[in-house]
Amino acid sequence: MSPILLVEQVLNGLQSGVMLFLMAAGLTLIFGVMGLINLAHGSLYMIGAFAAAAVAGATGSFALALVAALAAAAAAGALIELLVIRRLYARDHLDQVLATFALILILSEGTRWLFGSFPLYLNMPDALSGTVTLPGGIVYPVYRLALIAVGIAVALGLWWLNTRTRLGIQIRAGENDRQMIAALGVDISRLYTLVFAIGAALAGLAGALVGAIQSVQVGMGEPVLILAFVVIVIGGIGSIKGALIGALLVGLTDTLGGVLLPELFKLFTDPASAAATGSAFASMAIYVLMASVLIWRPTGLFGARP
Amino acid sequence: MSMKTLLAAASLVAMAASAQAEVKIGMITTLSGGGASLGIDTRDGFMLAMEAAGRDDVEVIIEDDQRKPNVAVQLADKMIQSEKVDILTGIVWSNLAMAVVPAATAQGKFYLSTNAAPAQLAGRGCHQNYFAVSYQNDNLHEAAGAYAKSEGYTKPFIMAPNYPAGQDSLNGFKRFYGGELAGEVYTKLGQTDYAAEIAQIRASGADSIFFFLPGGMGISFLKQYADSGVDLPVMGPAFSFDQAILQAVGEAAMGVKNGSNWSKDLDNAANAAFVSGFEEKYDRLPSLYAAYGYDTANLLLSALDVAEPSDAEAFRAALKAADFDSVRGEFSFDTNQHPIQDIYIREVIKEGEVYTNKIVATALEDRSSAYVDECSMN
Repeated sequence: MSPILLVEQVLNGLQSGVMLFLMAAGLTLIFGVMGLINLAHGSLYMIGAFAAAAVAGATGSFALALVAALAAAAAAGALIELLVIRRLYARDHLDQVLATFALILILSEGTRWLFGSFPLYLNMPDALSGTVTLPGGIVYPVYRLALIAVGIAVALGLWWLNTRTRLGIQIRAGENDRQMIAALGVDISRLYTLVFAIGAALAGLAGALVGAIQSVQVGMGEPVLILAFVVIVIGGIGSIKGALIGALLVGLTDTLGGVLLPELFKLFTDPASAAATGSAFASMAIYVLMASVLIWRPTGLFGARP
Repeated sequence: MSMKTLLAAASLVAMAASAQAEVKIGMITTLSGGGASLGIDTRDGFMLAMEAAGRDDVEVIIEDDQRKPNVAVQLADKMIQSEKVDILTGIVWSNLAMAVVPAATAQGKFYLSTNAAPAQLAGRGCHQNYFAVSYQNDNLHEAAGAYAKSEGYTKPFIMAPNYPAGQDSLNGFKRFYGGELAGEVYTKLGQTDYAAEIAQIRASGADSIFFFLPGGMGISFLKQYADSGVDLPVMGPAFSFDQAILQAVGEAAMGVKNGSNWSKDLDNAANAAFVSGFEEKYDRLPSLYAAYGYDTANLLLSALDVAEPSDAEAFRAALKAADFDSVRGEFSFDTNQHPIQDIYIREVIKEGEVYTNKIVATALEDRSSAYVDECSMN
């Protein structure tokens, strides 16, 4: 395998990693601050993609589509928090899992009712289509570079929000001791709604950005949700830094595993069975990574020590 | 979510009269979740033919399997034991068919496949009550392989998901292509990002690409491929280019060649009636799943004209005679009760604002299936 191909695959891994980060950041934020397991996070990703596809179809503007995705997902998130999630904070995790699983079903069938069962069309803006030649002769799609840039920008923005703003202080305080900050006069229920809406908006943004190069259809969020859970387990539940490192690790392992393992097996067997065995092992790679991290650090890379 | 739909086979007016239906048909298909568009087309094609026949002695019970094998098995049990259906049909996915079909046929029920036709059921696992009306799973991939050979491609890069139908696909392609490959890759089932595979294609020096990625996987791949700067001829089975998928892919699918045993421009009277009838009733173009559903219903009706399912021997012979006007033109069953039919190469084109397919070549004439000799029903 040539170095150029390897660098290209590393870029692919980074790109899938930063998109996973958008999902995982919201998930880990919600879990860290509210102690809530939100299985419906994947549905918010889907809502973002559908809102973007609908608005892009009506107006032809990708920028408006992204705004719509953010707004729709944030609004859906706030609404869900007010109507359903709010009643679940005091309950145990099993109740939360049941209720948010029900939300997946309701939101999926609701979306099907609104948009139908057939996949929607959403494409990237013309300005970002095509490829660019990077130093070293690597031909790489512009849109994917833009995705990496957006991911990094969101990571920086979250870091700023968390460490430099009053809201960030409240979020961190809420993670540590929610009774105490309520006693200090912070409106905890408003804070929860806000955090949930921010997490939802990030998921919606990821859905819209990824929807432009993938298929916008009902149920698109669930496979990503599973990966996002792997990410926050690896990174440490509640840690945004952990979500970023975990997402990049998962993205790189997933992409490079899928490329390198079949190559490795080709050293031992014929190409056809090497392709089949290598790809079977590649699907396990991220779970092996997760298990190894958990053996080494049972609370994840950046999780709070018990 | 167990959405239960009870539909009379005849028109709505005839519904009341069908209370004492003499023949009950159970349709298990995917009406919710990611694969719903396939099941909806199957159902709509099937019901179009049923309603046109207007028989009030036939009742169709339709249930949603949610693309889950365990749900499909439960539905089949319920239909056989409490609804007492005579005939089952409608399953889209091979893994669901494998879970339902052997048990149903062993209980003496008929199963008519509108789509899934895994190798296992075409060879050693063939059964006298099992008829595949659609194809045998390998067929459309074989057509693409034959096409690659006839076009003189020497280094195709081939790709499919790592599951049984994916392996059948690449084997089917290789069976009729028979030359050297630039690369052979198995992707994850349900994978949505193909950047890594596209980079491999670019580096492999391939002269063409064959891929089998049904549903959303194919949409993702084609969109990403179109934006990758790689510009090689693309081939695949028709599944990746059906009517619903093409609209979501858009411009990126133009010019792609795909193997299919049906196309809306096939020139025969039954097909013309089907395409115009479907468009009129549902206000969209039919897909090949709808065509299989329509053919299955017409085959069933032709057999019901001759015999009742309760007379299994006569009904089976009537099905086997395949005395109906297929939208695919000439149609007959081989000894393993899978079709013998022509398989074509279609090209993706744009008609006005709608992306669709037209036939450009016949890849395989009177093709049966690779496993027919392994079937003991001779």
